[in-house]
Amino acid sequence: MRHFEMDKLKAQGGSVGQSKYHESAIKQVCGNANYADDNPEPHGCLHAYPVLAPITSGFITSIDTSKALEVAGVKRILSADDVPGKLDIGPIFPGDVLLTNHEIQYHGQPVLVVVADSYAIARRAARLVVIECEQITPILDIKEAIKKEHWVRPPHSLNRGNSEQAINNAAHQLKGEIHIGGQEHFYLEGQIALAQPDNDGGIHVQCSTQHPTEVQHLVAKILKKPFSFVNVETRRMGGAFGGKETQGAPWACLAALAVYYLGCAVKMRLARSDDFKLTGKRHPFYNQYHVGFDENGLIEGADVTVNGFCGYSPDLSDAIVDRAMFHADNAYYYPTATVKGNRCKVNTVSNTAFRGFGGPQGMIMGELIMDDIAAKLGKDPLEIRKLNLYKKGRDTTPYHQTVEQHILKDMITQLEESGDYWARKDAIKAFNASSPIIKKGLAMTPVKYGISFTVQHLNQAGALVHVYSDGSIHLNHGGTEMGQGLNTKIAQIVAHGFGVDFDAVSISATRTDKVPNTSPTAASSGTDLNGMAALNAVNTIKERLIGFISEHFEVDSQSIVFKDNLITFSKGEISFSELANLAYMNRISLSSTGYYATPKIHYDRAKGEGRPFFYYAHGVALSEVEIDTLTGENTVTRVDILHDVGSSINPALDIGQIEGAFVQGMGWLTTEDLQWNDKGQLASFGPANYKIPAIGDTPAEFNVNLYNSANPETTVFRSKAVGEPPFMLAFSVWSAIRNAISSVADYKFTAPLDTPATPERVLNAIEQTASWFKERQHG
Amino acid sequence: MIQFLLNDTPIEVQECSPSLTILDWLRTKKGKVGTKEGCATGDCGACTILVGEEKTNSNGNPVWHYQTMNSCLLLLGNAHAKHIVTVEAVTTRLYPTLDDLHPVQRALVECHGSQCGFCTPGIIMSMLALYINNPSYPGKKAAIHALGGNLCRCTGYSPILLAVEKAYSYERKNEPYSAMAAQFKASLNTQYDDDIPFLKNGPRKFYLPQNAKQLVELKALYPHAHLVAGGTDFAIELSQNMLLPDVIISLSQANELCTLSDNNGELHIGAALPYSQFVDAFYSYYPESKELFERLGSNQVRNSGTLGGSIGNASPIGDPAPLLIALNATLDLLSAAGTRTIKVADYFVDYKKTVIKSDEVISKITVPKRPDSLKLACHKISKRFEDDISTVCLVLAIEQTQGVISNARCAMGGMAAIPKRAAHIEQKLNTQPLEVSTFVDAANAINDDFSPMSDVRSSAHYRTTVSKNLLQRIGIEFCGAQPSSNKNNNNIAITRISHASL
Repeated sequence: MRHFEMDKLKAQGGSVGQSKYHESAIKQVCGNANYADDNPEPHGCLHAYPVLAPITSGFITSIDTSKALEVAGVKRILSADDVPGKLDIGPIFPGDVLLTNHEIQYHGQPVLVVVADSYAIARRAARLVVIECEQITPILDIKEAIKKEHWVRPPHSLNRGNSEQAINNAAHQLKGEIHIGGQEHFYLEGQIALAQPDNDGGIHVQCSTQHPTEVQHLVAKILKKPFSFVNVETRRMGGAFGGKETQGAPWACLAALAVYYLGCAVKMRLARSDDFKLTGKRHPFYNQYHVGFDENGLIEGADVTVNGFCGYSPDLSDAIVDRAMFHADNAYYYPTATVKGNRCKVNTVSNTAFRGFGGPQGMIMGELIMDDIAAKLGKDPLEIRKLNLYKKGRDTTPYHQTVEQHILKDMITQLEESGDYWARKDAIKAFNASSPIIKKGLAMTPVKYGISFTVQHLNQAGALVHVYSDGSIHLNHGGTEMGQGLNTKIAQIVAHGFGVDFDAVSISATRTDKVPNTSPTAASSGTDLNGMAALNAVNTIKERLIGFISEHFEVDSQSIVFKDNLITFSKGEISFSELANLAYMNRISLSSTGYYATPKIHYDRAKGEGRPFFYYAHGVALSEVEIDTLTGENTVTRVDILHDVGSSINPALDIGQIEGAFVQGMGWLTTEDLQWNDKGQLASFGPANYKIPAIGDTPAEFNVNLYNSANPETTVFRSKAVGEPPFMLAFSVWSAIRNAISSVADYKFTAPLDTPATPERVLNAIEQTASWFKERQHG
Repeated sequence: MIQFLLNDTPIEVQECSPSLTILDWLRTKKGKVGTKEGCATGDCGACTILVGEEKTNSNGNPVWHYQTMNSCLLLLGNAHAKHIVTVEAVTTRLYPTLDDLHPVQRALVECHGSQCGFCTPGIIMSMLALYINNPSYPGKKAAIHALGGNLCRCTGYSPILLAVEKAYSYERKNEPYSAMAAQFKASLNTQYDDDIPFLKNGPRKFYLPQNAKQLVELKALYPHAHLVAGGTDFAIELSQNMLLPDVIISLSQANELCTLSDNNGELHIGAALPYSQFVDAFYSYYPESKELFERLGSNQVRNSGTLGGSIGNASPIGDPAPLLIALNATLDLLSAAGTRTIKVADYFVDYKKTVIKSDEVISKITVPKRPDSLKLACHKISKRFEDDISTVCLVLAIEQTQGVISNARCAMGGMAAIPKRAAHIEQKLNTQPLEVSTFVDAANAINDDFSPMSDVRSSAHYRTTVSKNLLQRIGIEFCGAQPSSNKNNNNIAITRISHASL
C-alpha cells in the first residue's frame, strides 16, 4: 500500500484546495442533469410496482390476483416463488426478504410485483390484489422488545475498568434516560431502478444507489447468476444520506426479476408515500445512563446502555449499534466505562444507515450527561464539557483506542471568543429574567467522530484513470455521487496530481464493469478512499511518464515537475497534451487502475479492543434558540460553527456539507417526527406530515468556519472526511433548547427532553421543569 | 380541446386523460424531464414551474403575469390559455457556460447552491418568479416566502438565500416570456371562444367552463362530477388515492368566480380566485390574517389554491375556515335555480360533510366590513412554521365598548371533525372586561367546547393545552400586559419567537 505525502508548498497553484463549483452545477440549474428516471426509456419499457402486505405481523393465508390481472396493460404478476435464486437479500446477515410468500413482519412488506405498460397501471393494479392473512400481535414497543430479549443480533458490550465501583464511590451520581426519534432520509429523488437486457446476454441496471457493487451481487444472487452477469451504473443520485446504501437494492432486484421473465426493459420507481413506508430509516433509540462524578463535575465512571429500534431484520443494525456504542463518549473521557448495546427487533420496516450511522444516537448521551451534571452542580454546561474533554494522559476510549489529536480545547476557545459566548450568556440570562413568555437558550457542543468503516474489509477502494493521447483525462472511481461533490473533489485530486486544469478531467458514471468490488459510498469515506485510489492511479501513470521523460530527453527525473499544464525539467518543458501524444507514440501505457486500503486500523470485536478508526474528525457548534413557554414553539436564531476538515480539498464543498448536515441534524432533533399508529402503520408517510427543515428554519445568522489544521494522518492531501461529522453539531440546538427550558427553574433543573423536540415535547418539558421548581420553592 | 403555450411551443390537446397533471404530461408525453417529481403532493416544490396568465394592468392594457405553481397539482386542462414555462426555457443555449446562464442560475452556481441538484430546477423556477416580479432585491423575508415551498435536503438553504440576492448583482435580464405569450394569444383561433374547452379519454371528460352559466349547466348535467379549482387537494386524490373520475369540471376559469370586489369595505371574493390574488385586499382590512395566509401552504399553493376549494373540501384543518367563521363571512351557493347565501359557519355538517347540494357550486365568499372596534387574532400552531398543516388554528374576533367585550367569535381548526366555533369560550368572553384574566378564565372552557383527538400532528392533551395558552397569548397581545419585571423598553411582553418566516 502506498501513500503520497503532499508537500504543502507544491499544492499551491494546483487544483486541490480551490472552491471549484460542483461538476454538475450548470447542468443542475438548467434542468439537464439527468437522474435515473430522466433518461429516455428503452423501447417497450415496462413498469413494475410492489403489492404491499395489508397487516403488520402474521401469515398470508390467500392471495387473489384476478382483479389486478384483468386491468388492461398488466403483463405479469411475480411472486417469491418466481425468484430463481436467493430470496434473502440481507446485506451482511440474512433476514431481509425480497418478496414474502408466507410470514409478514411489517406493514406494507412487499408480497408481489406487478409488471405493466405504465407506472400508473402497475401501481393501480397492485392495489387490486387481495391478500388475506392470519394476524398475530406485533411488537412495536422497544421496551417490550428489550424485556422479551427480542433481538435481530446478539447484545454486545464495551468495558474499560470497573465503572460500577467508580460510580458508586464518586461524590455524585446521576441517572437518566432518553427516547431518541428516528429520521426519514427524504432524499428528494425517491428509490428507482431501470433494468434491461444488455447486448451480451446479461442485465444492465441503472439505479440510484450508494452501493452499485452490492446491487450487482444481489441481482446476480436472486437470479442465480455470476456477478459478471450484472452491470450496475449510477451517474448521480438526487440525495441519499445513507438511505440508498442497502435500500436501493430491493427495487433493482425486482426490476431485474421482471427483466428475467419478460425480456425487456423494466423500470421500478416508488411513489413517495410508499418510499416512506417501505424503506428503512434512522434508528430510533432508547438509551440510559448512570454516571458518577466529583464535585467539579469530572466524570469518574459511566455506564451507558443504547437500545436500537432495528425493525424486523438485521440489515446494517449490528454495525449501526456498534457505532452508537463507539460514540457514547462523544468527546469526553470516561476513566471507567461500560457501554452496552442492544439490537431490538420490532415489527417495522428494517432501519438502516443514515448520516452518522448510529453515531448521533450514541453521542447524544455524552451531551445529555454534560447538561445534567451542569444542572446538578449549578455550573455552566460549557465548563463541564471543557473539564471532561479527552486530553493527553486522559486519552483512552471505552474501546481502548488512544485519542492522539487534541484540538477540541483550542477549537472551543476560538469559538468562545468569536461567538462571544460568555457575554451572550449573561445577556440571555438578563433577557429571560425580564421576558415571561419567550425564553432564550445558548449552548456549545463539540463533536469527535471516528472515521473508517468499522467493518474492516470495506476500507478499500479502486479507481481507473485514462489519459488520452491529446492529454484529456477520463476518470472513474468506485464512489458514487449523491450531491456531496465527490466527483468534483476527485477530479481536483487527479488534476492536481497531473498539474493540469480541473476542466481537463472528465468523470462519468460509476459502473461495476469499470471499477469492481467497490465499497458503498458511506461512512464519510468517499474522498478518503476513492481520492487516494485515484491519486495512486495518477501516480502510476506519472511514474511511467517521468521514466519516459528522463530517458527520452536524457534528464534527471528529480528535476521533472508537473504544473500549470506543463512538464518542466532541467533541459526544457513540454505541454501535458504534447507529452501525452509523445508518450503514446513511444508506446507508454497511459491508463492505470489505482487501489487503496486504509492503514493502521484493527479491531477485536470479541474483546472490544483495538483501533477501529484511522482518525477522528472534530467540530464545535454554538447555537442560540428562542422558545415560547405558552406553545413550545422554538426557533434557532444564531449558529456559529468551527469545523475540522483537515486541509480542505474544496472549502466551498466542505462548508456546504457542514451547513447541510447541521440543518439536517437540526431537523432530526426538532421538527422531523416519525409516528407509527398503534396498528404498526407509519402515520407520517409523506412530506405533508413529516416536516424536514424549510428555508425559513435556516438560522438567521449562520457562521461556518473551517479550523486551520492538517490531518496528522496520511490521508489524501491531509484532508478529513466531512459527510457525517457535522450532522452532530446540531446537538447544540437541542442543548440550547434545554438551556432555555431550564431558565424557568433558575437553571437548577431541566426536565428530560426526548427528541425530536417538537412544540409539544418542549411544552411538556417546560411544564415539568416549572412544576419541579414550584415544588422546590414551596417544599 | 385546450390550447396553451409550453415555453415557445403552442400546444393543442384534446384526447388525453382528464386527470393527467402537467408534471406527468411534461415528463411522460413531452420528454421534458427537467421538472422533477419529488413527492407528487405539492409539498416539496421540485416540480415547480411558472404559469403565465393574462391580466389587465392599471392602464387597462393586457399584461402577462408569471407565478410559480406545483406542476404535480396542476391539471393539464387547467393550463388552457396559460403560458407554461419550465426550467428548460430559462437558458435555451445548448451546452451553456457560466456566462450563458440566467442571473438566477448563475447566482445559484456561484453560491454553491446545488448539491444533489434534484430540487434545483424547482428552486430555479421560484427564484426566477421572484426575479421577474421584483426589479430589485425584495429582501430576505420575501425570499423566504417565495421559497418556503421548495425543500432542499442537502444545502441547509444558506447558499440558496445568498443566491437570491446575488442574482440582482449581475446585469438585469429582461423577461422574454410575455412577448411569446402575447404572440401566442394573438394567434389563437377565436372560433373556440363560445365553446367550453375540454379534454376527453373514452368516456372520461374534463370541462373548463368559461362562465357561471356554463358551469351550473354542466353541474346540473353531471351532478356527480368532481369539481376542481386550483387542484391543490384534488390532484393529491388523483396521485395518491389513484382516483379515476369520469367527469371533472374545473371552476378555475369561470369568469364570475374569479373576481374580487370591494363594496365599501365588504369584500366579495370569487370562490375560484387563488389566494395570492386576493390576500392584499384582505390584509388591507384584516392585516392580522397574514399569520394564516402567509403560512398557508407554500407560495406555489397560494398561487393556485382558492377559498372555494378549501371550504368546499370541508377539511377540518383548513386554515381559512376558522378565519371566515370568526369574521362572520358568508358564502354563495350557485345552481341553475339561482343563488342561496349561507354563513360559512353553517356550511359544515360533519367530517367532510356539508350542506351543498349536488347541483350547486360555491361561487363567492363575502367578508363583512370590519367593525370599528374589532380586535382580531389569528394563531397557527404546527411542527414547522412554513408549509405545514395546523395542529391547532385559532381565530378570535371580538368587539369592545369602553373596555367591555362583545360579539366574541372564536373559531378553531384541528380541534374537531369540522372547523367549529367555541361557544362556551365566546360566552365567557362576552360582557367581560378586556383584561388578560378574562382570556385566561375563558380558556378554561375549552373542554366544554372541544374534545380533540390525538393524531400524527399532536396529542389531544397538547391541542387542549396549547389552545388555552393561545387564548392567554391573545389576552396579553390585546391588552398589552406587562411582564412581571419591567425591563423591556416598551414594557410589553414579547409573545412571539423570532422565526424568520413570521
